[in-house]
Amino acid sequence: MSARLWATARERLIALWAALALLYLFLSIFVVVLFSFNDNQGRFNLTWEGFTLKHWQDPFGVEGLGEALRNSLAIAALSTLVALALGTLMALALVRHRFRGRAGADLFVFLPLATPEVVLGAALLALFLTMNVDTGFHTILIAHVMFNVSYVVVTIKARLEGMDTHLEEAAMDLGASGWTTFRKVTLPVILPGVTAAGLLAFALSFDDFVITNFNAGQTMTFPLFIWGAARQGVPPQVNVLATLLLFGVLALMALNVVAQRRRARAVA
Amino acid sequence: MARLLSLRRRRSALPYLLLAPGLLWLGVFYLVPALNQVYVSLQDGTLEQGYLFDWNWSSYGDALADYREQFGRSIGYAATATAIAFVISFPLAYFIAFKAGRLKSLMLFLIILPFFTSYLVRTIAWQTILADDSTVVGAAKTLGLLDGDGRLLATRTAVIAGITYNFLPFMALPLYVSLEKIDRRLIEAATDLYASRGVAFRRVTLPLALPGIFAGSLLTFIPAVGDFINAQLLGSSRQYMIGNVIQSRFLVVQDYPVAAALSFLLMAALLVAVLLYARALGARNLTESAV
Repeated sequence: MSARLWATARERLIALWAALALLYLFLSIFVVVLFSFNDNQGRFNLTWEGFTLKHWQDPFGVEGLGEALRNSLAIAALSTLVALALGTLMALALVRHRFRGRAGADLFVFLPLATPEVVLGAALLALFLTMNVDTGFHTILIAHVMFNVSYVVVTIKARLEGMDTHLEEAAMDLGASGWTTFRKVTLPVILPGVTAAGLLAFALSFDDFVITNFNAGQTMTFPLFIWGAARQGVPPQVNVLATLLLFGVLALMALNVVAQRRRARAVA
Repeated sequence: MARLLSLRRRRSALPYLLLAPGLLWLGVFYLVPALNQVYVSLQDGTLEQGYLFDWNWSSYGDALADYREQFGRSIGYAATATAIAFVISFPLAYFIAFKAGRLKSLMLFLIILPFFTSYLVRTIAWQTILADDSTVVGAAKTLGLLDGDGRLLATRTAVIAGITYNFLPFMALPLYVSLEKIDRRLIEAATDLYASRGVAFRRVTLPLALPGIFAGSLLTFIPAVGDFINAQLLGSSRQYMIGNVIQSRFLVVQDYPVAAALSFLLMAALLVAVLLYARALGARNLTESAV
């Protein structure tokens, strides 16, 4: 009986621990959302001073914030597209083909993930300085594609490894050309993986501060704006935009779940 | 058969063609910069007169002599944060893999949710949470964990807590993946053979979770050791890490040779560690558990 009691207690303890761990992850997000409603008096938005909706009514009411957000969105979209194109091809080669140098290529793609961001940023800036390349929007884009390619390859590879190659062989046996097979069979199967990789790449690029900080020149992005503002106080509008983006992602995820349920029901 | 063979031969150039654009990008913007750092680190001169290549090995001597403290602190903070992240994440990952049932995908989603709120904004929110007049500091004082005039912000504790918080998902996800993969029948077999649950956990579950433990530790330790945001926002100059030094040497002081030497040393040390890990584990395990 006591062993049984102990087992129940242990299960409860693990559940409690898991809940506390999630709370730890959520504490700061809760503060971010809450302080978008803070009626802060001075420049700083660090202590609670009362509820207001005024920042929500004017989310772009700070000079430069709108432009920074636009730059971040543009860089995230472009770097995601380029990284998806390069990375999907690489993942296909690494999973579907046996060739000399495959293990080496595999490891090489992984190396940027094993290098701290501060090194990636500093090394790239050193190259631009050596080559006398001016830094700006284009160099941020180059840097973001560089780190996103590796994330895309790793994510899509994981999906491809579970895929049945017989489908493609069947298509080829039935006379489909390589390109048709890719379009009609391979692409639809890997599409969920490509979508997941794209979401990840977009989020990583949009939120990147360290590498961008080295290679931005005079171009301002959303994280760079926040960093610049941190010393004199971050305006609550930043919290408003961060909250909006979070809720946007949540809404997209909810829609996705609803769509999947509907599709599952339609099949059943 | 002949057709199949010729097809295979014709295809043999295909993987290289598929790899070429991506490898070219990584080669030019990852490998070349990494090697170029060595070239820059061996330059000599001043910002005003410009830096010229001169086999100037003293950058490395200067880098190690002047910043040994920050190197040591980075390794210490990152190792501590990795260990705490493991202690926090393991029961969480275990719960999600074995007990969560229908809540599983929701809980996994909650773990990655922080990624959709800006890293900097969340770290600045920790300034509010750990501020001198905050509930957390008040509670710590009531419990006697903190002296009456003690503080959390601008201390080592705050920096380590921030690093642990920011990289926790990188620990939790690989742990979950490796626990999820375990065949439950193996654990049942152990208990059927009269192993107690504790023994079954130690002798079956834990060894099978090792790839996840290694991958999670690496994915937490690497970004943690190079981080400078937490030390900058939650600490003071007494908590500065090697990332802070590289950043300010490069962007503020513009002492490129020493900054490049520091950055190269950090990268080389980590890559050697990663390759040793990969050898011990098999590279496949490492890259796979990373997802």
